[in-house]
Amino acid sequence: MTLVEHERPHEEPTPESSRESRAWRNRLFKAAMLFSMLVAFGTLVVLLVDTIVTGWPAIEWKLFSDPPSTLPEEAGGRPAILATLYLGALVLLLSVPIGVLTAIYLEEYANRERWWNRFIEVNIQNLAAVPSIVYGILGLAFIVRGIGVGRVVFAGGLILTLVVLPTVVVASREAIRSVPDSIRQGAFALGATKWQVVWRQVLPAAIPGMATGSILALSRAVGETAPLIMVGAITYVAFDPELFGAYTALPVQIYNWTKQPDPEFQTLAAAGALVLLVIVLTMNAVAIFLRNRYRRQW
Amino acid sequence: MPQAVVFEQPAPLTLPRKRIRWGEQLVHVLLFIAAAISVLTTLGIVLSLLLPALDFFREVSPWEFLTGTTWAPLFLDAHFGVVPLVVGTFLISFLSALVAFPLGVGVAIYLSEYAGQRVTGVLKPVLEILAAIPTVVLGYFALTFVTPLLRDIGLDVEIFNALSASLVLGVMLIPTIASLSEDAMAAVPRDLRDGGYALGADKLQVSTRIVVPAAISGIIAAFVLGFSRAVGETIIVLIAAGQLAQITFDPRETIETMTAFIGATGNGDIPTGSIEYKTIFAVGLTLFVITLVMNLISIRLVRKYREIYE
Repeated sequence: MTLVEHERPHEEPTPESSRESRAWRNRLFKAAMLFSMLVAFGTLVVLLVDTIVTGWPAIEWKLFSDPPSTLPEEAGGRPAILATLYLGALVLLLSVPIGVLTAIYLEEYANRERWWNRFIEVNIQNLAAVPSIVYGILGLAFIVRGIGVGRVVFAGGLILTLVVLPTVVVASREAIRSVPDSIRQGAFALGATKWQVVWRQVLPAAIPGMATGSILALSRAVGETAPLIMVGAITYVAFDPELFGAYTALPVQIYNWTKQPDPEFQTLAAAGALVLLVIVLTMNAVAIFLRNRYRRQW
Repeated sequence: MPQAVVFEQPAPLTLPRKRIRWGEQLVHVLLFIAAAISVLTTLGIVLSLLLPALDFFREVSPWEFLTGTTWAPLFLDAHFGVVPLVVGTFLISFLSALVAFPLGVGVAIYLSEYAGQRVTGVLKPVLEILAAIPTVVLGYFALTFVTPLLRDIGLDVEIFNALSASLVLGVMLIPTIASLSEDAMAAVPRDLRDGGYALGADKLQVSTRIVVPAAISGIIAAFVLGFSRAVGETIIVLIAAGQLAQITFDPRETIETMTAFIGATGNGDIPTGSIEYKTIFAVGLTLFVITLVMNLISIRLVRKYREIYE
């Protein structure tokens, strides 16, 4: 057994130099990783600071009280901000029940042997990755033109619901899955029916996880622009939105301000972005807080 | 000797269903209907894309659409070659992948192999915040901060250019890539790492030669999903990369992606049934098919690596 010798024709480095070059390679690798972190977090910090610095001068009361205008000094974002709140409420009301029920079906009821249940699963995974602008096309074809309700708040809310529904389902499924089986079996042993087990034992235990997922999904819906420019959200809306009335949403308003050549509109866009960031990041903070506060070890 | 007691064999226990619980049945049906909504959504997407797109292909031949190199649907002398839009889309996606893939995997290795629990507990929420920034804000940032910055450092970029959109899009994708790759790395059993250390490997060798190869299908799945998100991203490219459909591989120039065309055209008031209206759906169908193929590859890869270690 003397094979090993001539399989390594090259000179073995001395232990000293090899240890040294090893240490250097490790340091270099660590530096590369820290650089990755720096790019990600550095960009985040620069973006936040830039938005605050640019947008702060335009954060005035008129931004919240006045409708948009062709004159930047008179323009506000009241209809857009209100419509975004309406949209958020609609998405919450629609996506949470549907999402949670779907998750319960897939986790507690569906028989994985059946092809249609597997199909539903793959389908939801796939929907989660469909570009949001494609949902906008769906809305354009069906809701706005097909059924003919027009470019109204309700149509926007419906489409945003479909956009975030897969996120709610995936988060709720994870929350349900983390409830240990012993709880279900204990309830069954006491004579509970399946729905009693789900409704009185599994769901209450899974609520924190579901709430976290739902809030994150909602924050995504509130910041979503692409589908809304397809199904509604016109440039100039001077009145408060109604459920079945024309509207513009805050992200769309920001997008429209961005397109204006006048630099004062750029400031307004930054101010709008600041308001949107505050809304979205508050939701994220609440979600992260809930997750940490109610994390349970079984 | 006491006589052995012979127990009588009890009758086999049967629990006959006393009655059908209609309430339980109803719940089951309702839950199924909720789950079916997702299937209806897919059906709706496919139908809403396919029907107008078929209409479109009655007027423009699919061959002209897929191979034509001039995209000018709104001009009097209209051309419907989708190639410039596809090239624009892939230029943006490749550039942002160039940013997001190495950095995302770097972040993932750091979080999974190097950072302690406390550091991870702080960094992961911050990554989630980066992932939560609305794309319209990122687009605005690309146009008003990154593009002037690129000019300051001497790059001769147009006001609307592919480069700044790709850079920002790439950073936006880092959390997605990092979180999916880290999941895959976390699924690599500890034994493999310990085996490496036992043989005298250092942290760099364990990370790059054991953990990354063992998690490779999950990491590739993350890449594919990230790439597909880049292909489908609309607002950043619409704001920062512009709307000039041309075949170019120079990232300093203005381009147009498939998504940007859909967004810009769908925004206006185009009469239903006109050829311009139908182009939205033809381009949308192309986009949908491209992302669908990528998503299915990604789903399959994720499933494959799950089977190995669970």
